[in-house]
Amino acid sequence: MSDATINPADAAPVGSDAPAEHMAIPAGYDDGQDHIGLEHHTSTGLSNTKLAMWLFLGSECLLFGGLISTYMLYRNRRADTLGPDQLWDIPFTSATSFILLMSSLTMVLGVQAAKRRDDRNTRLWLTVTALLGGLFLAGQIYEFTVFYREGLGFTTNLFASSFYTLVGFHGAHVSVGIIMLMATVGMLLRNRVHGNKAETVEMIGLYWHFVDIVWIVIFTLVYLIPA
Amino acid sequence: MAIIERPTDTPALAPSGGAPAVTPTRSYGYLRRPVQTTGWRSWAFTVDHKKIGIMYGVAAMLFFVVGGVEALFIRLQLAGPEGTVLSADAYNQMFTMHATTMVFLFVIPMAAAFANYMIPLQIGARDVAFPRLNALSLWTFVFGGIFLNTSWFLGGAADGGWFMYAPNSAVPFSPSNGVDYWTLGLLITGIASLVGAVNLIVTVLNMRAPGMTMMRVPIFTWMALVTQFLLLFAMPVITVALVLLLFQRNYDATFFEVAEGADPLLWQHLFWIFGHPEVYIIVLPAFGIVSEVLPVFSKKPLFGYPFVVFSGAAIGFVGWGVWAHHMFASGLGPISVAVFSVATMAIAVPTGVKIINWTLTMWGGKLRFTTAMLFATGLIVMFTIGGLSGVTHSVAPSDTQQTDTYYIVAHFHYVIFGGAVLGLFAGIYYWWPKVFGKLLNESWGKANFWTMIIGMNLTFGPMHIVGLQGQPRRMYVWTENRAGDGFFNIGFWNLVATIGSFILAVGVLFFFINVWVSRKNPPAPADPWDARSLEWMAENPPKEYNFERTPTVHALDEMFHRKYEDVGEGDAHDYVKVATAEEIQAVETANRDDHVHLPSPSYWPIVLSFSLPVIAYGIIYSTLLVIVGLAIATVAMFGWALEPPTADDSEFESPEGGDGGEPSKELVASV
Repeated sequence: MSDATINPADAAPVGSDAPAEHMAIPAGYDDGQDHIGLEHHTSTGLSNTKLAMWLFLGSECLLFGGLISTYMLYRNRRADTLGPDQLWDIPFTSATSFILLMSSLTMVLGVQAAKRRDDRNTRLWLTVTALLGGLFLAGQIYEFTVFYREGLGFTTNLFASSFYTLVGFHGAHVSVGIIMLMATVGMLLRNRVHGNKAETVEMIGLYWHFVDIVWIVIFTLVYLIPA
Repeated sequence: MAIIERPTDTPALAPSGGAPAVTPTRSYGYLRRPVQTTGWRSWAFTVDHKKIGIMYGVAAMLFFVVGGVEALFIRLQLAGPEGTVLSADAYNQMFTMHATTMVFLFVIPMAAAFANYMIPLQIGARDVAFPRLNALSLWTFVFGGIFLNTSWFLGGAADGGWFMYAPNSAVPFSPSNGVDYWTLGLLITGIASLVGAVNLIVTVLNMRAPGMTMMRVPIFTWMALVTQFLLLFAMPVITVALVLLLFQRNYDATFFEVAEGADPLLWQHLFWIFGHPEVYIIVLPAFGIVSEVLPVFSKKPLFGYPFVVFSGAAIGFVGWGVWAHHMFASGLGPISVAVFSVATMAIAVPTGVKIINWTLTMWGGKLRFTTAMLFATGLIVMFTIGGLSGVTHSVAPSDTQQTDTYYIVAHFHYVIFGGAVLGLFAGIYYWWPKVFGKLLNESWGKANFWTMIIGMNLTFGPMHIVGLQGQPRRMYVWTENRAGDGFFNIGFWNLVATIGSFILAVGVLFFFINVWVSRKNPPAPADPWDARSLEWMAENPPKEYNFERTPTVHALDEMFHRKYEDVGEGDAHDYVKVATAEEIQAVETANRDDHVHLPSPSYWPIVLSFSLPVIAYGIIYSTLLVIVGLAIATVAMFGWALEPPTADDSEFESPEGGDGGEPSKELVASV
């Protein structure tokens, strides 16, 4: 949240474009417009937090770009050792991918509930999102275990190292997302979220969707396109 | 301190440092908020962008001295034939750490110091967008830098050169923990840069005062903005490279091992995709500073402000397409070489535009050669020399001859020292009265400038000659019988360079003497230089809340247009002074905003930063430490999340004689 301003939850819309200085919005009221980001006057009209999150995600694109490039360079460097053809279980990974994509849907429902100031449903959908993310992560751990049992260690060959690094980094991002979701649920439960709750949830949503989109790229490049 | 309640009927404002008493009544998260307004705690837990900027500057200066001493060791070793000052191993560590320190721990943080201090002042904001993240950037950089330098005492520093080429960085070739310290240290300082970049970009885009359109933003802020975008996108790339290297060295991966079929060129690509934008990250803030200094001391507006802005942005874009010119000797193939060659020649154009703009800014102006102006003009000349030798590198056949010789060393020192460092010193002299309320001594300043200029030319000038004679970079001894004869005797020129480096060191020493002798100077006038941009509307040094009221901006060079009025007729411009800075400030004070809410200090940024080197030591030595570090980080992050950025109103005493102690929740941005 924006640190340079105070108590965003309490502050009425301020600025020349705000209709009235202290217009009270009744709980549960939604006029269909996105009020998030207009809580305070900013030069762009976009809230500081949202702009910061977009910038961070832009930076993350380069991080995954580097990791994906490394994988694409090394995917065939495995001499006679194990490779994708012997390892991939496309139906299984498709199923876990589907679960992760569905978690984006529940995330959207959570953000919508937060915008309606419906704390109960926000908590519910965030928890479901975290569970689906956890399920995806469990699938990934299972998959890694299977690969390891079949003989693909982290250092077996270049393909293995770059595969585990790339997918592991994505998994770490999912884990961070789950921690953020669960922490937010806990803080909502005890009413310890400072500032604009809907925006806090929306920020986690942005991050979550980003991680999902990265998975679509990884799933396509790593699993679906034959080596 | 967080909330300043200023009584409307009392003209005396709260003096800085003597803030209203704070009585924390509730604890947030786990701890009560830090409330000290004096002493070390007021610095360690501050979120004030000005204090953070000063600490950035002080820390960067300390690392500048460390890096400088390392450079002197290098020059001592090379002063005569068969140097015995350093062993080959110590020499490798010395030049690696010299470069790493200067680039990552001096120039970037020094530019961050200016950006932190000046951006909010230049755009008319009260602070940056995320003050706690700002504190996090500072402490992460400080702890990362200290972590990196502890390697000297823990088995030896990194020894692979600042670009740490594979496979030289692998364990068999560099068995000490030095490279691990280097990798982890740069990952940590990278976090600092990334967090800072996000914060400052949001600040510039979102926190501008009313009327401050992007084309009215002072030029330093513009250049700093471009720099932050470069950092934002360059840092993740080197993060990938560093992570791969870390996994190779610590977890037996083989990302850069040729024997396992790996491509060591992957490292070079990843490093230089970061490394070339890094060059502009180093130099653009200095360009911004001189673009502020030159107009002020020429009594003319910056010539072609939009051109300077857009050439800076153009550098920011084209800077991403030239990285492979660092790799011409690696056998990229003719098409890649040709493409990157042409792109490199192209990027000289926006840089040339800037040089022309600066020259034409000075042309016909009433020049005042203060120390700041001397450094700024010094930059134009020295950077042009470095830029010209840079263009010779864009010619690939010529570059293959020069690669890995002292000619390259000469080039990038003219660019980095002659560009970035001279610019940063111009900024120090120009903004010293703004930051500390006192002018620096001009006589010492001029001595500082001239010894530095003479020193740098004696140090780096001869490197062109020895480089073209074929003296390789990183060579730790040279021998008399291969030194050559006559004018081209590399022994003579190496000695000259060594003498030059000590003159340079004396120049830097003069700066510190100047700081010392100037400490008791009388308070500087409100506008000592007849400056043009918004930061001079605040007092010297600025109050915690920066501006008495959020200024409304009507023009580029807002401060100039408030001081001067155009009485010329038709197309003729004739400016007469209608107000002094003191008068303008008095008007602001009379119309000040009451109820200014500032963000409150916090323990968590420094605690979270502290956890990072703990984790890093753990990765090198013991998993237990990693767990401890992660635990500290977790506690800090939850403490951070549970603590509101600004203290609750009930935590603060009502001001004496105030309006009944009913704190306003209105934001100051509403004018």
